[in-house]
Amino acid sequence: MAVQVLKDRNPGKLTTVTLGATKEQGGTRTKTITVGGDACLPFLHFEGEIPNRPVIAMEVFDRAPVEWNDELKNALGDVINDPAAWAKKCVEEWGADMIFLRLQSADPELGNSSPEKCVQTVKSVLAAVGVPVAVVGCKIDEIDNKVISAVAEACAGENLLLGFATQDNYNTIVAACMVHKHTVIAQSPLDINICKQLNILITEMGIPADRIIIDPSIGGLGYGIEYSYSIGERGRLGALQGDKMLSMPTIGTVGFEAWKAKEANVSAEEFPGWGDQAERGILWEAITASTLIQSGMSIAVMRHPEAVKLVKKNIEELMVPSSL
Amino acid sequence: MEIIGERINGMFKDIREAIKNKDKKPVQDMAIKQTENGAAWLDINTGPSAENPMEAMKWLITTVQEVVDTPLSLDSTNYDIIEEGLKLCKRPALINSCHADRYKIERVFPMAVKYNAKVIGLAMSETSGIPKTADARLPLAMELVAAADEFGLPMEDLYIDPLILPVNVGQDYVIESLETLRQIKTLADPAPKTTVGLSNISQRCQNRKLLNRTMLVMLMAYGLDSAIADANDDDLMAAAATARVLMNKEIYCDSFVELYKSKRY
Repeated sequence: MAVQVLKDRNPGKLTTVTLGATKEQGGTRTKTITVGGDACLPFLHFEGEIPNRPVIAMEVFDRAPVEWNDELKNALGDVINDPAAWAKKCVEEWGADMIFLRLQSADPELGNSSPEKCVQTVKSVLAAVGVPVAVVGCKIDEIDNKVISAVAEACAGENLLLGFATQDNYNTIVAACMVHKHTVIAQSPLDINICKQLNILITEMGIPADRIIIDPSIGGLGYGIEYSYSIGERGRLGALQGDKMLSMPTIGTVGFEAWKAKEANVSAEEFPGWGDQAERGILWEAITASTLIQSGMSIAVMRHPEAVKLVKKNIEELMVPSSL
Repeated sequence: MEIIGERINGMFKDIREAIKNKDKKPVQDMAIKQTENGAAWLDINTGPSAENPMEAMKWLITTVQEVVDTPLSLDSTNYDIIEEGLKLCKRPALINSCHADRYKIERVFPMAVKYNAKVIGLAMSETSGIPKTADARLPLAMELVAAADEFGLPMEDLYIDPLILPVNVGQDYVIESLETLRQIKTLADPAPKTTVGLSNISQRCQNRKLLNRTMLVMLMAYGLDSAIADANDDDLMAAAATARVLMNKEIYCDSFVELYKSKRY
C-alpha cells in the first residue's frame, strides 16, 4: 500500500533578500546573491519551494589575525596580511559566494584605524572581488557608528550588508543603510523576542523588510548550538505562519564561534584521544555550519577553506529534492 | 484574530444621517479610524431605515474605498444588494451572512465562488431559530461545511458563526456557544474559520466593553478566528492581541499590541 505523505500548508514564507548591486543597479558588483524565499521547513522540498540555496560568506579581517591557531593560518597562507588578496583568494580559489569583512583594526587596541582608512580597505576589497560584500565593525558601538556610516556613504549604491544593528544601537546604522542603499544585519542575543522587536523597531524607521538580514547570534558546536538550532527553528515556524517580523533570512558567524572552541584549537599531543588537530578544527567548523544550515540559516560566515568545501558539498546534496 | 469593524452601520445615528445626506466625511473618517486601530475588515450595513438600500450600499462601498483598501464585509439580508455590492469591491469581500437554509445556501455559495468572496454562515436556520445546545447547532454548521464542499468554496473562506445571545437573555447559552466553536473546528480538515457578532453578548447590559472583551478572549480560547466588533475599543483590541500571544499564535515581542493593530503580523 502506498504511504500517504502528510504535508503542512504554510501561509507564509521567508522574505527574499538580494545582496550586492551590479552596475545597472547602481553598484559595481559583477554578481548579486539572493537568499530567502523558502516556503517550507529547511530542505523539505516536497512541502514548499526553496528558490535559493544557503550561501557561504568567507570571513576576512582588515588586520592579520595573529591570534588564530597555526593550522588555520597556514591553510589561508600569506594573504592574511592583505584583506584584498585574502578576499580574492576566498572567491577565486575557495569558492566563497560572498565576503564578510571585519574592520577589526578600528578597535583602538587592535590598530585604531580611522574611518577613512577603513573605507580604503573596503574599497580595496570591492575592487578585488565581484561578489557581494558584508562589512562589520569592531564591536565598539561609538566607533562602529562612525566607521560603518563612513563606509555606507563612500560605497553608496553597492548594497553592502552592514552590521551590526542591535536593540541598544540601531539608529545610526539603519539610517546609513536607508540613505545609501545598503542592507542591514539586525543582531539579537539568542533571543527570539528581542529578534522580533528589533525588526519592528528597524522597519518603523522606514527600511523595508527585504533589506534586513537577521543575525540571531549562534553558539558553536558544543557551546550552545542547540539554543541556536531551536531559535532558528522557532523563527522559521513563525515565518511560515506568516509572521513578517521574523521572516527575514538569517546569517551566522560560524567561523567565529567554531574556532573559539577548545576542541578546534588544542593539539593531539595534549589530547591524544581527540585525533589530528587540523582535521578536528575543520570538522568543528563544518559541523557547526551544516547543523545551523539545517535549522534554516541562509548565510554561513566561515573561515577554513577545507571546511567551506565540505559545507558546499553538503548544501549541494541538501538542495537535491528528496525522493519519497 | 481578524476584527471586522462594526461601526459603518446605519443603525448608528452618525452613519444613518451621513447616508441620508450623502455626506462622505463621517463614513470615511470611521473607515480610516477603524483601519488604523487594527480592523482587518470593515462591515458595511445600510441599516433598516435607508430609503433606497441598494443605492445606499453602493454609495457606502465606493465612499469607503476612496480612503482605505481594507477589505469589506457586506452586511444585508437582501442578496441582490450584496451581489451588486460585490461587483464594486476592489478586494475579495465577505458576505454577511447566510443561514443554513438550503434555498439561501443555493443563492449565496455560488455567488461567493463567482466573486471570489468569503461567506459568514450562521449555525441556525429559519425554522430552528438559535438552537440552545451545541448538539443542536452542529448539524446546521455541518450543512454549511457540506455546502462549501458541494459548491467549491474553499473551506478557509467559510466563516461559521456559532451565534451568541445577550448574557442577560440567555446566560446558559454562553457555554453552548463555546462548545459549538470547539466542535466546528473538527468538522473538516482544513477546518472552516469562525466568527461571531461579539457586541451581541452585551446588548442592554452594563459594563458592555468589559463583557465584550472577556467574551472575546474566552471565544478565542475555543477557536474563534474573527469577530464583528468595535475596532475602536482600544481595550478590546489589546485583549485580542494579548490572547493571540498567550495562545502562541504570535511570538511575543514588547510591541505586541501595536504590532497587532498595525496588521504586520
